[in-house]
Amino acid sequence: MSLPLGAFWMKYTLMINEGPYQRQSSDTALHFARAVLAKGHEVIRVFFYHDGVNNGTRLSVPPRDDRQIQQAWSDLAKAHSLDLVICIAAAQRRGITDAKEAKRQGLDTDNLLEGFRISGLGQLIEGSVEADRTLVFGG
Amino acid sequence: MAIKKFMFVNRKAPYGSVYALESLEVVLISAAFDQDVSLAFLDDGVYQITKNQDTTGIGQKNFSAAYKALGDYEINKLYVEKESLEERGLTIADLMPLMWEDEDDDYQEKSSIYLVNRAEMADIMATQEVVISF
Amino acid sequence: MAMLHIVNKSPFERTAFESCLKHISVGDSVLMIEDAVVGAMQNTRFSAHIEQALQESSVYVLSGDLAARGLSQERIISGVTAVDYEGFVDLTVECDTTQSWL
Repeated sequence: MSLPLGAFWMKYTLMINEGPYQRQSSDTALHFARAVLAKGHEVIRVFFYHDGVNNGTRLSVPPRDDRQIQQAWSDLAKAHSLDLVICIAAAQRRGITDAKEAKRQGLDTDNLLEGFRISGLGQLIEGSVEADRTLVFGG
Repeated sequence: MAIKKFMFVNRKAPYGSVYALESLEVVLISAAFDQDVSLAFLDDGVYQITKNQDTTGIGQKNFSAAYKALGDYEINKLYVEKESLEERGLTIADLMPLMWEDEDDDYQEKSSIYLVNRAEMADIMATQEVVISF
Repeated sequence: MAMLHIVNKSPFERTAFESCLKHISVGDSVLMIEDAVVGAMQNTRFSAHIEQALQESSVYVLSGDLAARGLSQERIISGVTAVDYEGFVDLTVECDTTQSWL
């Protein structure tokens, strides 16, 4: 993807604070992220907080004629090597867990979707320091 | 790591939703990154720092005391909007005293709360580099 | 330093939009997305607030959200500019910072 002469690339950190389906926030953020990438900019981190952590479950089965929001994030991450980070504190409250954490907590399963990783709130601050622009998508 | 001006904007009351609590968790973490952090309390956000919060009747943890710890983490710029208080029949006397110790001034206790009017709040917002709102 | 204020709540349901407009600085931009796009329409209880904001700032509305709600761009307040997601990205590049009014 090339930019016209004189244009410059920007680094973005996005924060998603609402779960999929209940509100439009995650849809909007997806469209925005795709447009950022289409314009040749970089998304250095997408940080999921509050109910936004529910964007990272692999156990969602939406009706076939509806959009698949979680899978769309996963696919976008795969295509553009995005760093999708789920906040661990928010995730623990809401039952989003990876295999390692599930084992540590003695849970009988994990449910983190491919392309996401679980980490701490510091990732949001660090991402915002390193990015040229930070945008919050919330309910 | 570069130092940026971070502002955390609080516009929602506590307990009815998780935003206030989880906002506070972000703010506390940000202290570890040596950033220039300030907090804004406007609209219903002013209810987050009222005195005498008692959550025994709702079965939730009263996290209001945690705001008092912010000063220990050198988070001592808490901007409270005057008009937001007035619209809600509140005054600064209804808020918890939130203090910090100034080690450059013989560890004097100073207030972290700055009462600002709406125009001043807008000016402060305009100088920020990262605004995270809840 | 110019800030892009992003609003996503209808001004008829929540106070976020009104609060946003009270905190914009001269030269800032305001973008209506999601349910906030209803605020872009002419002849509403809220129109005067937008017209006033247009005196000292630029006001935009996300076209996809307008269309989704059956609202025609022909009926948005004069001076408000409709943008698509790429235009949204351009606004974040042109402004130095963003603030979401949730």
